[in-house]
Amino acid sequence: MEHIVIIGNGISGVTAARHIRKLSDKKITIISAETEYFFSRTALMYVYMGHMKFEHTQPYESWFWKKNSIELKQAFVKTIDTENNKLVFASGEDFSYDKLIIATGSKPNKFGWPGQDLNGVMGMYHKQDLENLEKFAPDNKTCKRAVIVGGGLIGIEMAEMLHSRNIPVTFLVRETSFWNGVLPAQESELINKEILNNHIDLRLGVNLQEIKSDANGNASSIIIKETGEEIACNVVGLTAGVSPNIDFIKDSAIETGRGVKVNRFLETNINNIYAIGDCAEQHEAIGERRNIEAVWYTGRMMGETLAQTICGNPTEYKPGHWFNSAKFMDIEYQTYGWVWAKPKENEARFYWESSCNKKAIHINFDKNTRQFIGINTFGIRMRHPFFDKVLTNKKSIDYVLEHLADANFDPEFYKLHEPEIIAKFNKENNTNIKLKKKSWKRIFSKTLNA
Amino acid sequence: MKTIKNIGLITALIGFFIFTASIFTGTNNVTQEIFNTWTSQNVKSDYFINKAQQEIVGKELSTFELSSKIIAIAKESDAFEKGQENINWNKIIKVKWNVTSKNFVYPLVRASATGWVSKNQGLFFFLTFGLAIIGGVLAFGADYKLLGPAGIKNNGIFQHSATNRGYLGMIACIYFVAFYMLLYFYPNYLINPILSVNQISKGLSGNGSSQWFLYGFMYCSVMTVFAIRMFIKYRHNNYQLVRTSVVLFFQVAFAFLIPEILVAFNMPWFDFKNAWPLDYDFFFDLGKDWSLMSQGQVGLFMFVWGIVLTLVIVPVMVYFYGKRWYCSWVCGCGGLAETLGDPYRQLSSKSLFSWKVERWLIHGVLLFATLMTALTLYIFFAEIESWKELAFGITAYDVQSSYGFLIGSIFSGVIGTGFYPILGNRVWCRFGCPLAAYMGFVQRFKSRFRITTNGGQCISCGNCSTYCEQGIDVRAYAQKGENIVRSSCVGCGVCSAVCPRGVLKLENGPEDGRINPTQILLGNDVDLMELVNEK
Repeated sequence: MEHIVIIGNGISGVTAARHIRKLSDKKITIISAETEYFFSRTALMYVYMGHMKFEHTQPYESWFWKKNSIELKQAFVKTIDTENNKLVFASGEDFSYDKLIIATGSKPNKFGWPGQDLNGVMGMYHKQDLENLEKFAPDNKTCKRAVIVGGGLIGIEMAEMLHSRNIPVTFLVRETSFWNGVLPAQESELINKEILNNHIDLRLGVNLQEIKSDANGNASSIIIKETGEEIACNVVGLTAGVSPNIDFIKDSAIETGRGVKVNRFLETNINNIYAIGDCAEQHEAIGERRNIEAVWYTGRMMGETLAQTICGNPTEYKPGHWFNSAKFMDIEYQTYGWVWAKPKENEARFYWESSCNKKAIHINFDKNTRQFIGINTFGIRMRHPFFDKVLTNKKSIDYVLEHLADANFDPEFYKLHEPEIIAKFNKENNTNIKLKKKSWKRIFSKTLNA
Repeated sequence: MKTIKNIGLITALIGFFIFTASIFTGTNNVTQEIFNTWTSQNVKSDYFINKAQQEIVGKELSTFELSSKIIAIAKESDAFEKGQENINWNKIIKVKWNVTSKNFVYPLVRASATGWVSKNQGLFFFLTFGLAIIGGVLAFGADYKLLGPAGIKNNGIFQHSATNRGYLGMIACIYFVAFYMLLYFYPNYLINPILSVNQISKGLSGNGSSQWFLYGFMYCSVMTVFAIRMFIKYRHNNYQLVRTSVVLFFQVAFAFLIPEILVAFNMPWFDFKNAWPLDYDFFFDLGKDWSLMSQGQVGLFMFVWGIVLTLVIVPVMVYFYGKRWYCSWVCGCGGLAETLGDPYRQLSSKSLFSWKVERWLIHGVLLFATLMTALTLYIFFAEIESWKELAFGITAYDVQSSYGFLIGSIFSGVIGTGFYPILGNRVWCRFGCPLAAYMGFVQRFKSRFRITTNGGQCISCGNCSTYCEQGIDVRAYAQKGENIVRSSCVGCGVCSAVCPRGVLKLENGPEDGRINPTQILLGNDVDLMELVNEK
């Protein structure tokens, strides 16, 4: 029986294992050094905040693995011996495979800051980071202030976590406005306000110079490069992005760049070795996507796809239209299609923000053809299937606005802003778009009919 | 603000302390007149009457002394009567722990209560209910500022002993269970609490308060205070605001005020929203002179309404809106679970094992309720008295009373509510309620209701499953892009509220496509989705 070995028990590796099991009776082993069972990394923040216990982050009960005869092994892979189809563990033990899937995810970036390895300095990615934070920041008496370095999604989550225990937070962001490499200026400003509203000391346009230590090797303060200001703190969160967690592969015969290089079939340069998820790097970018995508659902989709290939149905990885979501403090964010930070030449934008400054939508469309390109939505939930259909069928912005009620996914009885949004668009663009009443028939039909 | 919260908590605790302590301070004085009225209605044995006459009449006794004396004399009297050559069974009192105190002892103790409380009912009401309500409103009101800006603020829930099965949770559980045991089986020890609402009862129906009036009033007060907590906690979520207001309205108006007012107008006490089989004794009194059918036009209307409610209104509404229209918008049990129980919703077990137990138990109770009601109808139409033996020494009354004891009291009350702090807030609704089981069939197989999953947005974080009071593993469906159509879903809407990625929406839509098992989620290659999902 063919033995499929998967390194990494995150969403990519586990999805691959589940789908291989659905399609075959191959022997499957998942190896992880981090935890015994699969858990949802995105939920670690909720454990610290007390919304959940760690076991709630595990999507499958522990009997699941045995029932589906998926073997779990806790070990740290030191090297891969591609000649002999063998893994070597840190313990010195060997482990053979027939096919190998590398799904080792990411690790937090460190840029060689002085003091970056002191006690109390941590990323927020692994389960061990959570345990570390619990140790160094259990409450605001032990941790009088925390400094977070790096203004991305993990940074703002970490700020929210610490804030939930009333620990004062200083948030150093290199950019001049939060996440403005991804978000257009208006939305970025909306989130700046949300951060400040939560009494987080947001510092824009600054970098970390160094982290200073006390006599016991604990972080005691940081210095800001631009101003030289020293800020006393007990915890430093390093959240300046992540990169593929592939140090143990660098010396093997497997081709790597920033990540493990793969083709569209998720195959590496070695015949029986594959890579999926955050650690995989496409030779060429797919559409407008990046070569490496550290996103939950792309990891899942790669797992779904690779299982087909491994089980005899060679399938290219072809992700559909871009979408994503996040939550910034109390503001939910969803995006479908592309809304770049700065409009491209052929693009026009429409932005609406509610009077409460907590809700906004930003639509990107083609100036000439009026084709809908993408939408950012804040504080208003939208239907994924709706926008997927719109993008596939290359519908216009007029179509999207007319059918905005179909797109809305907010809970029942929520205040609907569609008329207001359309009125604003009509005024700005001299159009006469009329909102259509929500239609279940349209919402649930597989094809689009206007 | 923190100070205001603490003042509120202390005030409420003082109210609860006085309420609880008053149980131990009751005194009684049985006058000759009270004694005669009571014995003429309840006792046939001369031995008992003579003995009791000497020992209790005209004496100043604590409630505990009086109650234990009556039980002791009753046992003695039974022994005496059974020793006679010709045993007169009418004279036997038959002491049983779950019946004698509430049916035999309670009326005398209630009528003979004396002491400070009975003379200062208004002040006592303020010191118990008044302080608890004011304190509760202050404590929860302070959350408006303490919780921070509107949004999901479940911070610290699993780090606090009250909401994570810690010692405070255990204490709450013991307190609830003890209260229900007294309420159902030993109301004779709750005389002072019952007296605290005596004036309100008199004002509403003209009658003095009973343990059930106390319970109804407490229920409404607790729901109101905790509804304020819900209004603050979910102030950003209109579904929760509307739903909480409606379920509170139905409790206060339909389960409390309207029945009491009906009584004031000499009509039967009737809860128009309580549907069989949750209202398990709806048919018990058929053919008796006090049954609904013999109460004239109004009684007949109530009887027909009850039947139409169960057979037509309930299933039709479930078809259009899901069982949530009842379970989390109208029902009293649901109302308490969604208010007082909200802090405990995360404690319900999500394991597959619990789901198996749930299906056996809830459907077992539905079967029990149906068989018992069938038997009730059978003896009515066959004109058999309920105390007549049917088979194996069992009478219809035995079946009815064991349902009432096991399901009506122990399961729905003592366990169902008492164990909120341990098993989560929907123990009864999830494992026991026969009406929920009945509506569950309709919801699963013939309904427009579902929780829609939003394409591929789920990140498997597990907030939805954690906060599902019914123990549904919502994430298991959401992460597969599959709609949730489970029979047990009561549509509280909290999974949707706590989802950080906007994945879940409760909706009523066409049946077509409502159940959509998927292997591969939206966002992946279209051809692959078709290949796998439409196989």
